[in-house]
Amino acid sequence: MYRIVRKEALAPTLSLFEIEAPLVARKARAGQFVILRINEEGERIPLTIADFDRARETITCVFQEVGKTTKELGTLCEGDYLQDFAGPLGLPSHIENFGRVVCVGGGLGVAPVFPIARALKEAGNEVIGIMGARTKELLFWEEKMYSACSELWVTTDDGSYSRKGFVTDLLREVIEKKKDVGLCVAIGPLPMMRAVCGLTREYGLKTVVSLNSIMVDGTGMCGCCRVTVGGKTKFACVDGPEFDGHLVDFEEMARRAVIYKPQEQLAVSRYVKNSAHNCSCGCGGGR
Amino acid sequence: MNGGSKPKKTIEPKKNPMPCQEPAVRARNFNEVALGYSEEAVVAEANRCLQCKNAPCRQGCPVEVDIPAFIGLAAGGDFYGAIRKLKEKNALPAVCGRVCPQESQCEKYCTLGKKHEPVAIGRIERFCADWELAGAALPQEVKPPTGKKVAVVGSGPSGLTCAADLAKLGHQVTIFEALHVPGGVLMYGIPEFRLPKNVVQTEIGNLKDLGVNIEVNAVVGKFAVVDELLNGGGFDAVFIGTGAGLPYFMNIPGENACGVYSANEFLTRTNLMKAYRFPEADTPIRVGRKVAVLGGGNVAMDAARTALRLGAEESWIVYRRSKKELPARHEEVEHAEEEGVKFAFLTSPTRIIYNDDYWVTAMECLQYKLGEPDASGRRSPVPIPGSEFVMDVDTVVVAIGQGPNPLVPGTTEGLQCNKKGNIVADPGTGATSKPGVYAGGDVVTGAATVILAMGAGRTAAKSIHAYLSGKN
Repeated sequence: MYRIVRKEALAPTLSLFEIEAPLVARKARAGQFVILRINEEGERIPLTIADFDRARETITCVFQEVGKTTKELGTLCEGDYLQDFAGPLGLPSHIENFGRVVCVGGGLGVAPVFPIARALKEAGNEVIGIMGARTKELLFWEEKMYSACSELWVTTDDGSYSRKGFVTDLLREVIEKKKDVGLCVAIGPLPMMRAVCGLTREYGLKTVVSLNSIMVDGTGMCGCCRVTVGGKTKFACVDGPEFDGHLVDFEEMARRAVIYKPQEQLAVSRYVKNSAHNCSCGCGGGR
Repeated sequence: MNGGSKPKKTIEPKKNPMPCQEPAVRARNFNEVALGYSEEAVVAEANRCLQCKNAPCRQGCPVEVDIPAFIGLAAGGDFYGAIRKLKEKNALPAVCGRVCPQESQCEKYCTLGKKHEPVAIGRIERFCADWELAGAALPQEVKPPTGKKVAVVGSGPSGLTCAADLAKLGHQVTIFEALHVPGGVLMYGIPEFRLPKNVVQTEIGNLKDLGVNIEVNAVVGKFAVVDELLNGGGFDAVFIGTGAGLPYFMNIPGENACGVYSANEFLTRTNLMKAYRFPEADTPIRVGRKVAVLGGGNVAMDAARTALRLGAEESWIVYRRSKKELPARHEEVEHAEEEGVKFAFLTSPTRIIYNDDYWVTAMECLQYKLGEPDASGRRSPVPIPGSEFVMDVDTVVVAIGQGPNPLVPGTTEGLQCNKKGNIVADPGTGATSKPGVYAGGDVVTGAATVILAMGAGRTAAKSIHAYLSGKN
């Protein structure tokens, strides 16, 4: 069992968990993920590592309540336990001194892009951060990102905070203004990563994306997470989760991401019907 | 061989039949198909054994069970004695009695089998094991602690056997399992209807009683590599039994379309994650109206039969050779046929056809004929030019085999592997190219059977014990 030592509500449906997992924390590196299961009936879901603390022996994950499992996860509070927590899985990000790099986080993607930006900065890169969200209240970790970047550009789709527009608008500006960008790392929803790759391809700027495919075991055993990269089938769990974004077949990714949509909808409606928000400590999900 | 001095007894030419759920009923539920012998039937069956002095059956058993001895005890109704005798050599008799390919092992060599049906050794084994599981577990003898620590990577058949043997010898054993429950393929692969999961967990419980420590959610190669277990981890030796956890695909166009599963995924969702209970269990699975399973082994049979139970209207085995070459256990093929699984022999797909939403709608197939025998001794399938035809299907399960999972071999320095990625280990000892590191089971041999993996686990346990005894 793995204890949730800290919960932070980042936005109405966005939560952060800091989870006690000594063996995972000892080895975790930027770019890797964990697989967790809430309880005996639970499914195994992958979450990308948003931070790790070797001294506190914890892993931090950020998740958005979209499906049944993440909604249920949202009802857990500090002091509650997760049934299973395995990792660190997948290959860590490739970190070296590229000179100048851009790290783009869209929506929830800010969480996994943060440790990568930090590692790149520690490796001597000049890190330009770009983060965006649909609207102001969904923005989180601005200060944390700022600490990992030399400069940080922020945008909201609706203009409710900072600049109005998409991360790709800022990215184009950054690339035009700052020459010699050696690498772009982009993590966020599929359409965002796809749009970023479309843009960076124009400039011939190598772009790494992190794919959050559907997984079961997360150790290369089932092949559920397969994705076509450069015409070849790869397993996101063991060959990734990061790939050269210019080679990823995003169309296929998008189709495979909704394989279980009808089942997910059924599970969510059943869950919502059967349970009001009944967290264990009565905080109403705020803690 | 007919035991001249013994009084002649009348031999029943056929095995006592195994009571089973009716095919039409069982094809729609996940309960165990074979219900097990009654006490009366097991005594009758055990009495068919000729008790041959040279016991040819024993050469067919990879873990060297003293078959005539345990059957002799069962014949006299001494099930306690029989299970003790079995457990001297076999840590998982309830599993082996159910899933061993007896027809190509012990029963293949049974003297009775020359004229009649062989003794149903597997069924008697299962009865004795279930008899124990139904009551209190037998006390097991454990030698005094040696102070040596062994790490076993993977909790499938080879790892469990190796762990049990070493624990009995007094070594302190920790098993590291990547998934959230121990058992490996016994849990994720073999279906409930063939091997109930409570049977597996009870057998594993007996192992824990021996003092074996099991760490789940522990992915070796990730949270620690083998070298770290040896240096700093405090382990004196490591056994790698990580199995064949890498699914092979056909490499034909359309294989990544929605509705195409590896057998590993299809079975893991169903068995390990209990997707057949969705939405009570959270993991979903989607089985279409018409399912095609590619391949002809036990895994393919399991997948085809699982598809029926998940509600498929039609479930097909698509195999490029003929019925005679099917590598699956005879009983599995029979059961599949009885349940209504259909077979397309001498057929193999060339591409998977999908609709605008990227969902499978059909497979284009080619027909084959049998040519000359290949390296495996089986007649090789030869495609018939121009024989293309389209088979309408909405789910495809690829069950053409698995390779070794690369997580552990790929992170262990100095560990020699072959071209396919299998760990190179001495078949007589399980020793690898790396001192103190042993390996066995599918990660060494490629996908094989439960019992062969158990045999390899036993072999390695012997060598590890010798290695540790010499290391002071």
